[in-house]
Amino acid sequence: MIKYSLKRIVSMVITLFLVATITFVLMHSIPGGPFTSERNLTPEIEQALKEKYNLDAPLYEQYFDYMQDLAQGDLGVSYKKKGVTVNDIIAQTFPASAQIGALAVVFILLIGIPLGILSALKQNSAIDYVIMIIATIGVTIPSFVVGTFIIYIFAGKLAWIPAGGLESWKGYIGPVIALAGFSVAYVTRLTRSSMLEVLRQDYVRTARANGLSKWSVIGKHALKNALIPVVTYVGPMIASILTGSFVVEKIFAIPGMGKYFVESVTNRDYTVLMGITIFYAAIYIIMVFIVDIAYGLIDPRIKFRD
Amino acid sequence: MKKKLILALATVMACVSFAGCGSSTASSAEGTSTEVVSDGEYTLAAEQTLKVNLGADPLTLDPQLNSAADGSHVINNAYEGLLREKDGEMVPAIAESYTVSEDGLVYTFQLREAKWSDGQAVTAGDFEFAWKRGADPKTASEYMYIFESANILNAKEIGTGEKSIDELGVKAIDDKTLEVTLSVPTDFFTQLCAYPSMMPVRADMVDNEGGWAKDPAKAISNGPFVLSEYKMGDQLIYVKNENYWNAENITLDKIVYYMIVDESTSHTKYTAGELDINEFIPLDEMPKLIAEDPTFYILPKIGTYYYAFNMNTPELQDARVRKALALAVDKEQIVNEVARAGEIAATGFMPNNVLDHEGNYFAEQSGDYGLSTKANVEEAKALLAEAGYPDGQGLPEIEILYNTSEKHKQIAEAIQEMLKQNLGVTVKLTNQEWAVFQETTNNNQFNHMARRGWIGDYNDPQTMLEIFESTNGQNIGRYSNAEFDNAMALARQTTGAERMEHLHEAHDILMEDMPMLPIFYYSYPIMVQDTVVDWAMTSTSKMWFGDVKMVVVEE
Repeated sequence: MIKYSLKRIVSMVITLFLVATITFVLMHSIPGGPFTSERNLTPEIEQALKEKYNLDAPLYEQYFDYMQDLAQGDLGVSYKKKGVTVNDIIAQTFPASAQIGALAVVFILLIGIPLGILSALKQNSAIDYVIMIIATIGVTIPSFVVGTFIIYIFAGKLAWIPAGGLESWKGYIGPVIALAGFSVAYVTRLTRSSMLEVLRQDYVRTARANGLSKWSVIGKHALKNALIPVVTYVGPMIASILTGSFVVEKIFAIPGMGKYFVESVTNRDYTVLMGITIFYAAIYIIMVFIVDIAYGLIDPRIKFRD
Repeated sequence: MKKKLILALATVMACVSFAGCGSSTASSAEGTSTEVVSDGEYTLAAEQTLKVNLGADPLTLDPQLNSAADGSHVINNAYEGLLREKDGEMVPAIAESYTVSEDGLVYTFQLREAKWSDGQAVTAGDFEFAWKRGADPKTASEYMYIFESANILNAKEIGTGEKSIDELGVKAIDDKTLEVTLSVPTDFFTQLCAYPSMMPVRADMVDNEGGWAKDPAKAISNGPFVLSEYKMGDQLIYVKNENYWNAENITLDKIVYYMIVDESTSHTKYTAGELDINEFIPLDEMPKLIAEDPTFYILPKIGTYYYAFNMNTPELQDARVRKALALAVDKEQIVNEVARAGEIAATGFMPNNVLDHEGNYFAEQSGDYGLSTKANVEEAKALLAEAGYPDGQGLPEIEILYNTSEKHKQIAEAIQEMLKQNLGVTVKLTNQEWAVFQETTNNNQFNHMARRGWIGDYNDPQTMLEIFESTNGQNIGRYSNAEFDNAMALARQTTGAERMEHLHEAHDILMEDMPMLPIFYYSYPIMVQDTVVDWAMTSTSKMWFGDVKMVVVEE
């Protein structure tokens, strides 16, 4: 297990290195740069700006400089947000994204899994149909529609929640629902189908035939196996939800990281773009790693080979 | 609608709550809660907090490094230059008075007793430091050119590295006397004395990166409001600067600037009363708001939305073809049915509200050159036929290049349709992502027409005309006419009526050559709650909250 983890950590570092390298190359190969502007700069200013940020050095040199700083955890200074470091941007904007994200994850798991189980146990009943219809709608309606709808009705018409911002606890309701919407529906469907499959297995029937109660079979035996596909989905989902959705953050005026990420592409703010991409990749990789470890705990068939 | 247009013609707006609109300079008397302004009276609200949406987290709040509108609004209320624009006039601010030498080259400013927010005195040296900082290529300010535009002695040579920054024509004679030397007499120099780039900063606080300006511990300022808190991507909180020289006449205690990107959210927040001032309004809502909402204003803005013709393209080298294309477009229809944000249909390149040396509208003086806001199909057809392309025959497919955006797309589609119907010209639309588009157009790599918007830096025809000088970096179509360049050069060396004559001549040449297809003059749509009185917008579209009072409006 420990050896397996170490091996995984090495491969994670290599993955991050590759992500950084590929992003660096792609970013520099698209036209335009951080100082591209509607007002054409004079050559002197452009030169001065390039010198200031070391952009006049050969690309390979910039790459090595960047990687060196990256190895020490220094993500550099934003080219557009004057005097702001990328570490600062992440440190100050990630918490807002993560708060909303964490609440959304809790919401997804607390609603999605029980609904899925309920739906599976009452297969083809009215409850099952209602849950599945809602879940289908939830999967198909994009978050910006849900978000805009919530703002329009609950903030605009009814004034139950503020129209954006996190100044009061009510401000969290809209974004959490919009962010969780798709995943709640997806997790519900996933749990249902996986549960149905498990319930048809021989061992479940055997357990029931041996006189175990229905709920003890479901709780002790079926659920554990039914959740394996859900865990697979939930790991990467947590990574993407925690790091913030640009659309949801934009609609609900949340001071999160998503906005900076998207802006950095338009601005060609190289360091911010690199920094947030790497940060996102790191969280993603870590979540996948945790999922793999979790498999071992819930699925006895999986053994970690050293 | 008509009322809105009249509003649009006013250079500066100051608005008084339910008493109606009108400019007002009445100041608040200490200790009274009711006062008379214009033709009404109001009661001050208990909470003097103004909530404004900036639409983004400004890239910087450093007066010399800022180049964006959002930053300008904040800086204009946090710092104060030598002069300030109020009701369209340049009034004394940190400078109490100034004298101009007979040759018009040397300005001597006498500074008043003013303090920074930390209590230190504002000195002439602070101005000298700030101006040299802005004009120094080492600072790499994107607005360095404004010092050159102001014709400050040696600013140009310093910019190109030929002279050292010590030679800039600005000098603190003593703590309260600032001497500025210009290279040529410049009529609009005093206007620029209120410009953000020319506002003073503290040598002991600034750093070259600009990060200081968002740090409440370092962002010491000399204007009516001082930074108290910065929440990245969320809010900027400014409080009244008790050390401001005119603090007794400042009523607001606090300004909260929000950074809400989404227009629908921002508008909903405004209608819910959570915002006092909002200029981020969904386009689809505008026609209804213009018609029904008394808190919706359309302010003028010095700027033109146009398509630049690529003058290196063979078929566009014939002025008749360019004019035919320009004439065949119905600008009124575009403004009323596509753009819909209160823009003004363009007849030429000069926005209507640009003033000449006597305060008259420049465009009015120059006439309309036979151009109208409607399409003139007959003349357009005749010109095109004369140029050898009857009914568009023989003319290759014309390409319109624009940066990806729903609004630009809709306008381009309307023009595509008009040119097809009116002239029989086939138009192809191409869009590019913002930064790619800038690079393509700045390098003159577009085929026929490229979308462009130009916002003037100051209220003078020169700021609009100079982008067509053959050496100007903004001249993306590479228009080049020695006569035009010559008239502009003469305008730079003269003043007053003589200078205006040269500018009119340049404008005449430009309209004769028509190196662009003018579409509309920008407007500045904004919503301000009726609980906010005495807000103002300068002629260069910077908000001023120094006179604002929050009042109680009885339902």
